[in-house]
Amino acid sequence: MAAGAVGGSSASSTYREARGWLLLPAWSVLLFFSLAPVIMMLVYSFLTKEHRGGVIWEFSLAAYDQFFLDRGLFGDEPPRIQWTYIAIFWRSIWQAGAATLMSLAVGFPTAYFIATRPAKARPLWVFLITIPYWVNLLIRTVSMKFLLREQGPLNDFLLWTGAIDSPLQIVNTNLAVQLGLFYSYLPFMVLPIYAAVERYDFALSEAAADLYASKWTTLRRILLPAVKPGVVAGCILVFVPSLGSFLAPDLLGGARNFMIGSLIEEQFKGNAGNWPFGAAASMILLTLVLLLLLAFARQQARAERRS
Amino acid sequence: MKNTFARLAATTALALVATAAAAEEKVVVFHFFEYMPQALIDKFTAETGIEIVMDTYDSNEAMLATLKAGGMGTYDVSVPADYMVKIMAGEGMLDEIKDGELANKGNIEPQWLDVAFDAGRKYSIPYQWGSTSFAVNRDVYQGDIATTDILFDSPAELAGKVNMLDTQGEVMAMAAIHMGIEQCSTDRDQLKALNDMLQAAKPNWVSFNSDTAKEVLVSGDAAAGMIWNGFNAKARAEGANTEYAYPKQGYIVWMDNMALLQDAPNRANALKLMDFLLEPENVAILTNWTQYSAGVEGVTPLLDEELRTLPEANPPADAGPGVFIEACDAETQAIYDRIWTALKQ
Repeated sequence: MAAGAVGGSSASSTYREARGWLLLPAWSVLLFFSLAPVIMMLVYSFLTKEHRGGVIWEFSLAAYDQFFLDRGLFGDEPPRIQWTYIAIFWRSIWQAGAATLMSLAVGFPTAYFIATRPAKARPLWVFLITIPYWVNLLIRTVSMKFLLREQGPLNDFLLWTGAIDSPLQIVNTNLAVQLGLFYSYLPFMVLPIYAAVERYDFALSEAAADLYASKWTTLRRILLPAVKPGVVAGCILVFVPSLGSFLAPDLLGGARNFMIGSLIEEQFKGNAGNWPFGAAASMILLTLVLLLLLAFARQQARAERRS
Repeated sequence: MKNTFARLAATTALALVATAAAAEEKVVVFHFFEYMPQALIDKFTAETGIEIVMDTYDSNEAMLATLKAGGMGTYDVSVPADYMVKIMAGEGMLDEIKDGELANKGNIEPQWLDVAFDAGRKYSIPYQWGSTSFAVNRDVYQGDIATTDILFDSPAELAGKVNMLDTQGEVMAMAAIHMGIEQCSTDRDQLKALNDMLQAAKPNWVSFNSDTAKEVLVSGDAAAGMIWNGFNAKARAEGANTEYAYPKQGYIVWMDNMALLQDAPNRANALKLMDFLLEPENVAILTNWTQYSAGVEGVTPLLDEELRTLPEANPPADAGPGVFIEACDAETQAIYDRIWTALKQ
């Protein structure tokens, strides 16, 4: 970078001059599709709700008040901490976390397997991983429900093998939601890890083995640190969309697994029609995710400085 | 390669021409899912040359939200339920149908002409009407089902196997019927009792589902569930041994209406569609398919024999009263929203 600037190679100066206006489309797309909706949400969360959807352009903190403070059924008791929504958030974090761990447990070996195939065969394996994802998410989630249900193929199979005596109740439980999320976002785990493992120089593992490191130690001390960025990217790509998902909880979760995504959806599509509250819940979710990512990035940076 | 591109360009051009031709005469319908048979759509296009373009929604509230979020001016008609016609008219979202604009307006049955939610039928025409209560799988439970206890104080056989509709209005109205209190009651003791009753009933519910209300009964995921009467007839046709209940405490009556939207881009075609849907012959095709009831005169003789004697469409003599859902005012609604969220979470 510095050498280029001092040397003043003609190519780099050409790029620099052109950069301003050539980036305009990219910037406007970013502005329009990323920033504008978020700003709109932020503004809406501080407006007054209109009965049955819509907003009145008057500043109000009512949405955040509703989220954090419990004023009783009739709204006139002295405020206490509102646990309802915190509980919904906590459940969502827990469910998304479990789905992420499942994806990691299945995704890492899968990615490792693909990356260790001959170079010619790898694209085929990656291709195979992506095939189910050409099908609409809704259809895949409903199919999942058919597979898991009491009279479904999974239970029929387990009964046939004699592994269980009576059908397992999986649909409408926490586990069903986690399985649904896991299945929805698995490729987001496999692909970044695969990319990282593929770049990994297996000579390092051989060197470790030559120095009498056990296979476990090699995995833990050599391979894992080298592919960590891929693992982290995979975890983030699975965790974040799982957190706000509403398809899997709605279809697989039953009456006791209400998650953030459904809460927000209900504010816009349901009877509540409380747009500012939906916007506020979205902003709180966004802040939470941002804080998590920031904390993680700082910890990463500190770890890098140490090494 | 060149050849391929040429062919591609030609095809695209053709497609554009075709779309343009079709676009000249169309009517854009914002409709409930699974609520208009293809045969009827084709018949309308064959008779009038007008193409029906359709988007669907799964609840009245979702439809209202979509229209409020910029859907106005896109659609010509939508199909709101009774209480929603009143709400939409109140918000100025419906366009008035002037006298003489509908040739077949006289076909509307007198009892549905001057309804409380649209006096004099200024904005809407009857589409279908029916009832909401619940159905029970008779293989699982053989006892008396003509009581709202099935939902709110479930017998042991059904405990933990009840599906509720995922719509606040229908669940709350059913709960009010169960407790014998007014809908939109503001009486504090009654509301507290309502909240307690729902919280106590919740452990017996397995899920909240509207768009799969029929499927969960057919598949056996739920042994009892809130459902619309016509949907249970369809569930039985699909092999479920379910019986639709007309509880003695009462049940919900609803009427879906085709309403003319404000700023309709194809207003004249929308009126043609409405006239089409007031012809007894066409309404009979619709009704035979939905298995609900029509609000148009002269339809009954054209209905399938099976439908005329359908248990879902013919309340027994000892059934409780049928009541419409009421729309609460903003302040009262806030309380019901709290009860609902506490129930769902």
